This record gives sequence, C-alpha cells and structure tokens, in this order.
Amino acid sequence: MSYPPSDKAAVLTRIREALRLPARVPHQDSHAPSFPALPGKEEIGRWLPAVGAGYEERVALFARQAAALKADFVRLPALDAVPSHLAALAQAEGWPADGIASHPGEHSASLVEKAGFRPFLALPGYDRAKLESCAASVTACEALIAQTGSVLVTTRESGGRALTILPPHHIVVATRDQLVPDLPAAFARLRQAYGGTFPSMISFITGPSRTGDIERILVLGAHGPKKLTILFVG
Amino acid sequence: MTGIVKLFRRDVRGTTADTPRRTFIRRALSGYFAKRYPLQDAYADWQAARTTAAAIKFDAVNRLDTHLETFARQAEARGTKVFFASTGAQARDYVLALCREQGVRSIVKAKTMTGEEIHLNEALEKEGYGVVESDLGEYIVQLRKEHPYHFVFPCMHLKRGEIRATFEKALGDVGSDEPENLTMVARRVLRQEFLKADLGISGANFLVAETGQISITENEGNARLTCALPRIHVALVGIEKVVPRFEDLALFLPMLGTAGAGQALTGYNTLYAGPRQPGETDGPEEFHVILLDNHRTRLLADPEQRDALHCIRCGACLNVCPIFKNIGGHAYGTTYQGPIGSVITPHLRGLQDWKHLSGASSLCGACTETCPVKIDLHHHLLQNRRNAVREKGVWWERLLFQGFGLYASHAALWRFGSRLAVPGLKLHSRFSGAWFDPVRLWTKTRTLPRPPERTFRQLWAERQKQKSPRA
Repeated sequence: MSYPPSDKAAVLTRIREALRLPARVPHQDSHAPSFPALPGKEEIGRWLPAVGAGYEERVALFARQAAALKADFVRLPALDAVPSHLAALAQAEGWPADGIASHPGEHSASLVEKAGFRPFLALPGYDRAKLESCAASVTACEALIAQTGSVLVTTRESGGRALTILPPHHIVVATRDQLVPDLPAAFARLRQAYGGTFPSMISFITGPSRTGDIERILVLGAHGPKKLTILFVG
Repeated sequence: MTGIVKLFRRDVRGTTADTPRRTFIRRALSGYFAKRYPLQDAYADWQAARTTAAAIKFDAVNRLDTHLETFARQAEARGTKVFFASTGAQARDYVLALCREQGVRSIVKAKTMTGEEIHLNEALEKEGYGVVESDLGEYIVQLRKEHPYHFVFPCMHLKRGEIRATFEKALGDVGSDEPENLTMVARRVLRQEFLKADLGISGANFLVAETGQISITENEGNARLTCALPRIHVALVGIEKVVPRFEDLALFLPMLGTAGAGQALTGYNTLYAGPRQPGETDGPEEFHVILLDNHRTRLLADPEQRDALHCIRCGACLNVCPIFKNIGGHAYGTTYQGPIGSVITPHLRGLQDWKHLSGASSLCGACTETCPVKIDLHHHLLQNRRNAVREKGVWWERLLFQGFGLYASHAALWRFGSRLAVPGLKLHSRFSGAWFDPVRLWTKTRTLPRPPERTFRQLWAERQKQKSPRA
C-alpha cells in the first residue's frame, strides 16, 4: 500500500467557503465592528516584562532568572578561565576522562581539550549509544536571553539536535556579545543571522529539564539534562 | 436523552461526591495560581499583550487559507512532507501507510492532543505497532489505560501512591513513591524507548506560516528527544495552530508559558524547519507534517464563534473553571476538557450529542477573563445553548416559556399568579425534595429560601399607604 493522497484542495476549499462570512469581532459592539489589523512587529515586545537598559542590569537579571530556574550561572572574566572551571566541574562530579561530549569549535571542543580531556565529538554519523553514556556535554550557543534566563541553541551553533538534550549535564559557553535583553531581540538576532533559511532546529532552553506531572511537585531531569550550567564570559 | 448525557450525569454524580479528590485537585492547582499571577503582573501590560495576541490570531484564523498555503510551500522547500487531512481517518491512514512503507518497528510519542482526538494510538496498536507515550503524565495514563484528565496536566488527579502502584504493575518493583524516584524510573525506561524508536510522533503548538516551521512547547525534553533521535518525525497539527510570522512567537511563547503553566517560559520551546539539513550533525531523515481539519472548518464557518479557533491550548480556562474543579476532567468525556472543550466539542462531534456541556456552566466568565487570546468563552456557551434549542427545541420547554411570556406580559395575570405563589410556596416547603415533588430534580440537593409572607405588590401598596397621610 502506498501513501494516501493529500486532501489539500478539499481542506482549502472548505476553509474558503467558511471564511465567506466575516467574523464577529469578539468583545466589540456588533453594529460597528472594526477588524483588528495584524499588529506590527514592533508591537510584539512592547507589553512583555521590562528589562533594564544597562549591560550590568541585564547580566544581573539573567543571573536571577537562572537561579530561579535552578540553573547554575557562572560569570568568568575571560575565555581562558573556562578550561580550569571545566576541569573543576569534572573533578567535582567525577566525569570519566572520555565522558565529555562536545562539538568542534572555539567555544566548545577546544575548551574541553584545553581542560585536558579528549571530548567525544558529535560529528555526522556519531555513535548514539556513546553520546548517551556521556556524563556531560559542552556546547556553544546562539544567545542568552536576560528577560527569561533562557539559552538559545540551534543545530548550527550547538552541535546538532541531540547534544544539548541527551547527556545529563549540559554546559553552555556564552560570551558578552551573546547576551540579548529580551525575546524579540533574540528573534531579531536569529533573523539577522540566518535570513529566512533557519537551522532545522532552534531551541529556547529555559532551565534544566523539568516536570511537575506527579502531584505538581517539581522534579528536575525528567528526560533531558538534570543540570544546566551557563559559563558566561563577560 | 442520549447515552452521552446519561453517562455524563452518572460520572458527575460520582466525581462531585468524591470530596477528597476534589480537595486534591484544588490543592494541585493552588501552586499554578501562586506562580501565574505574579508573572502576569510582571508584564508591562498583560491586558495589552492579550489584545495584541488576539489580533494576531484574528489575522491567522481569518486568512487561514493563505497562511496554510504559505506554510506548506515554505515547509516543502525545506524538504518537509506536508499532508492535508480532512478527517481523522485520513490522518491515521497516512501514519499507518508511513509505518508500512518505512518498515517502522518502534514508535515513541511526545504529547499530542490531536493524536488523542483522532485515536491514533488505538489505530496503530490495532495494526500491531507498539506506541510509547514519553511525556511523563501521558506515560502514566497510558499505562493505566485512561484518558488524560487535563489536556496540559494529564495525570494531575493521581496521587503518588496510585502512580507507584501503576508502575509496579507494569515494571515490577520501583521503590519509594517519592515524585523524584518515580520520575527517574520513567526516565530510565523511556530513555531506552527513545534509543530504539525509528518513528517519533509529536504534535505542535504553533505553525509559523512565513517560514514553514513548527513550534513545540514542553518542559521535560521528551519532545526534543522525539524530534532528534528517530529517523522519521511526524507532527500531527490542527490547521488552526497558525501564526503568520516568525516574530509572533516572541509574544506567544511567553504568554503560553505564563497562562498555561505559571512559567515565564516553559523549559523547551523548539522550532523545527524540515528534516536534517545538509551540513547538520543529526536529526531525522524524514519530517512529515499532517495538517488536520477534522471538523475545525465547521467551527470556522460560524462567524460568531470563529474566535474559538484562536485557542493556543494553554489550559488556563480549565484551571479557573468552577465546573472543571468540581466534576473533574474525565466526566466531560471529551478530548478537550473545560470551557474550551464545552465550546468546541459540539462543533467537532455534533451539537445535539454535546450540548449538555454548554449547560454544565455557571457562566461566571472566569474562563473569558483568564484566556490569553481573549476567546469569548462564556458567551459561546450561551450561543451553543441557543443554537441547540433553535435546531431542535423541546416541546414542553417551548410551552413553558410561552406560558411564562403570556403571564409576564399581562398585569392582571401576574398579580393573580404572584398572590397564589405565597401560599403555594408555603405548601411546597412541606414536601420540598420528596419523591412526588414536581421540581425534585432541583430541590433534592437544594433548599429554597423561606417563602415570603407577602408579595412585592402587597408590600409596595402598604408602603404607599403609610406614606400618603404625610403627603
């Protein structure tokens, strides 16, 4: 048996048929309806929670949000300080020497190497079972969002789809210019970086994996990383 | 009375009598309220954000044909296979054909209410395919062979002991009933399912027309795994999930998190554009998007209630609904519970069979007030009631209202009737709730106030008389 044919024409015809009568505008006097226009893009961010104007204010807000999300936020003075911090983490958590996954790049694998480890690299055709057995992953990111304490990753910048979700501890390296104030700024940054041809996955990661499905009690590490560490250079 | 109504009444009698469960549900929701309102207050202007979101959805729904065509064109340009399904059967057949053609052996699913709506699991299992739900709550209700209790919090009605018992029956000894331990048990079991699955099925919260992306909102990371590991990914999405532009999500993602779960942003908000692209490390070889109508166009054709298609399925209207809190999610007998379910189910599954849900409402308007996209929910419940009567009225109700109309529009009749009412009510109070009481359905659980001594007219006349000597 082959695939059934798509019913596109029928669905679109029904939609056009249904839309022949103009909608009643909710919450408005039906005698003088004014159809709401599609709000401009500048309108979108205006009503969201405010973010301070200065750089330091934004760093502080991100740190506060991260703490509330139970993510670890570490501010480091320079990129050189990252390897020693990774080494300290590895020792504290007892990562095996071959248990750190990463992807090629200056803010990822090369930092792991400088810390004295040989990272398992997520390259096309990598061994999935091996990645699953890693204790941690170290990746770069697209941006950090102060408003929500989120980390923005993409398949392009952060080593594919699985690297940022499969290992139990995700360590993100970010730099000063990657901190954006709010969500509209993050979307603008993606638009600027990729035009219309976006990476096949763009993910806003807000804290470690979590669930409240059992009695609405928060448990971390439901399926993804139990720990999320943000090493912020700036 | 149809069988569906009988079942509803029977279930409601049971659930409303279960006071401990009702208390448990209220307590479970209290955490949501404690977190949601401060977040909402932190917005520069939450009401203005709602108005903006509603206006964006108004455009999305009222230009749905254009947006869907754009979506399909953009998605296909990235190698996504887009399939339009008029009915649930067409969508199921497509997934089954895919399984056969691709030699699928193992399926893992992220939460999809659309999948529940078309009974996808049952169809796959009937053909011999094993399907594992990976969202923790969905996994628990799947093991219990139940339906989700709440379309955002599927197992919020279950206590930890019940969940441990469920796991023990399916998996053997699992240790303590601490939520932490139970979650880790599920994580270990489901991790293996992710690694062996060759098909991942998900829903989607938004379709971005302009770019052909789908957006999935979750907390656990199970949808991320579903879309990363299996070699095929199928997303099953209702046609109304469209937003016009990429940037619109900068508003909808935080509003969905705030209204839905009391989170500024949920754990993972992920956009997918196509299968693995050239130069990318991993991801599925094939990505299919099924756009499902399944009678949504019926709702679209109703200009009065079209805004019900603005719904982003945050579930806030359930959380605030006094009916939901008392009758519970299962009693509705629908895929979508609560006020939004009561509004849309009559359109999706037939007005006469599901009109009773619009009656099971206090019309308090809490749903309309909480809705992040400003759906006029409680008025739609009234409109459903009106439409149901218009389409197929009951003769004795019509007679009753005609009688009342006659009575209320003739002063002499009114005077006579209200004078009779005083002794009448007194007499009635002696047998209120007894088996031969004609209004027993109402009085068996309620006590009427003590009947008055005099009618309003009599009181008024006396008052005028007292006043007049001085005048």
